[in-house]
Amino acid sequence: MTLFIEQCLNGLQFGLLLFLLAAGLTLVFGIMDLVNLAHGSLYMLGAYFAATFAAWTGSFVLGAVLALGATLLVGMAIEIIAMRRLYGRDHLDHVLATFGLILFFDELVRLIWGPSGMSLPLPSWLNTSVRVLPGIDYSAYKLSIIIVSLAVVVFLYFLVMRTRIGMLIRAGASNREMVGALGVNIKLLFTLVFGLGAALAGLAGLMQAPILTVQIGMGENILILAFVITVIGGIGSIRGAFVAAILVGLIDTLGRAYFTDLLRLVFTKETAATAAPALSSMLIYLLMAIVLVIKPEGLFSASGK
Amino acid sequence: MSGWLSTRNIATVTLLLALVLLPVYVELTGSRFLLTLFTRIVILAMAAVSLNLILGYGGMMSFGHAAYLGIGGYAVGILAFEGVYSGFVQWPVALLVSALFALLIGALSLRTRGVYFIMITLAFAQMTYYIVAGLARYGGDDGLTIQDRSKFFAPVNLSNKTQFYYICLTLLFASIYLVWRIVNSRFGMMIQGARSNDTRMRAIGFPTYRYKLTCFVIAGTLCGLAGALLANHTDFVSPAMMYWTRSGDLIIMVVLGGMGSIFGPLFGAVALLILEEVLSGITEYWQIILGPLLLLVVLFGRGGIDGLLGKVRHG
Repeated sequence: MTLFIEQCLNGLQFGLLLFLLAAGLTLVFGIMDLVNLAHGSLYMLGAYFAATFAAWTGSFVLGAVLALGATLLVGMAIEIIAMRRLYGRDHLDHVLATFGLILFFDELVRLIWGPSGMSLPLPSWLNTSVRVLPGIDYSAYKLSIIIVSLAVVVFLYFLVMRTRIGMLIRAGASNREMVGALGVNIKLLFTLVFGLGAALAGLAGLMQAPILTVQIGMGENILILAFVITVIGGIGSIRGAFVAAILVGLIDTLGRAYFTDLLRLVFTKETAATAAPALSSMLIYLLMAIVLVIKPEGLFSASGK
Repeated sequence: MSGWLSTRNIATVTLLLALVLLPVYVELTGSRFLLTLFTRIVILAMAAVSLNLILGYGGMMSFGHAAYLGIGGYAVGILAFEGVYSGFVQWPVALLVSALFALLIGALSLRTRGVYFIMITLAFAQMTYYIVAGLARYGGDDGLTIQDRSKFFAPVNLSNKTQFYYICLTLLFASIYLVWRIVNSRFGMMIQGARSNDTRMRAIGFPTYRYKLTCFVIAGTLCGLAGALLANHTDFVSPAMMYWTRSGDLIIMVVLGGMGSIFGPLFGAVALLILEEVLSGITEYWQIILGPLLLLVVLFGRGGIDGLLGKVRHG
């Protein structure tokens, strides 16, 4: 039972991390109608920046804050240099152009940081465990990921639903010409939104960095999960992305943890042990297929955001 | 139609002649490397031709086309591993399995459109990638070495590099001809109509879903054949064959060559792979040049190579 609760917390933590990535993706799509494959590169850059800055400053938190700022700036630079010219173009053009950006950033990282990858060591005060429930200890770092991500969720909610800039963002999503005609600097708004999405991806990357190694291509597999989430949740819907991310995080983590045992009830031990890894990594795609059969536009279509 | 001597026709005939005569040049200069490179180009061009059928003519933006390349390849690899080397078994199985996968993926994906379709085909291709990477018996992540190439009747020998090149080239020409026939048939008109306006096609009584699914399966099957060839070419299959960046490469070939043009994907494949070869000769970090180059092609080079060759549209 304690193990089960721990796995649920792991699933929640992974889901929240995926949400940070998917939120940026769905925000950029919902508002600028832009498909950004290079979102995973920003995730990777966030992790590399954090590892570098943390080594320079000697402080994990300071490194993380600097990395966040750096990813925000890189995101805004990408928007100004490349993305701005892609608005209103075919989605296929977005796919190709951002695919080009992925190649560029992967190679740039190899050029600057070398091919071998990096690690971001945790400070000792995070490298402990905390008693979350009577009898259940949980990694302090993973718990802090959950707390930070939940804070971001609340922040995003207030930003989009309760502030003037959020109002402009929502207005820009439904009719960008009209908002521009009313005298709002729509170009600046889009740059800021893209930067925000980039920073969210960077945050996800730098928080994941101490758990996994920082390496080239780390953003690509998780990017595809983020795609699955945006599709399940309904593209352009932040609420949908949140629900889908938690769902995917839990299913993926619990699937990996318990699928072997579940299969063992039906099949022999060997069959279960060989089939389980492949089948459990298929589970979320299966979920996506089922959602699409029932609701081709995703759980929360963009109109209901 | 401009006359027979248009720039496009001259360029196309020159390229085709160069491809046919390449082994002669290789014989004269002894540069076997060129033959290996061009066999690869021809095979990937075939995959691009099949993608062009759904992407260029059908408007179905599949970002998971490399999955069929891997499925076709693995059909050959797994059969060879189990001791079945006959091409008469291997190739039909490769076609059949790719067709089945395309049917399954297409049936679910075609319920959606636009960006959803891009992401779903991508996700399904990744799923196939994970299935294959999980096949511990067949090498898992590390891939599977193929001991011997597909066997056909006596004079046909796939291990002979020149012969294999000509077999690939013949199959490429056959696929281009097939796509040309499909595109100009009633079925092809239907598909192109659905690309322009799906609702209107349905309103005048065409069940577009069924037509598009058929088209999707044809393209997947054709790509599966290219996969079977690729497995024979490299004598090795691995999940990397179907990694999503490979799907991206195929899209680049189609767009670079010119979407919805009969010979476009061939031009695109030749251009991209030769560019890769040249750039990687200049610097180890060649993708740092290729990436921005792609961005520039998207921003300024609309219509691809086919667009550069003149305004007349084929098909």
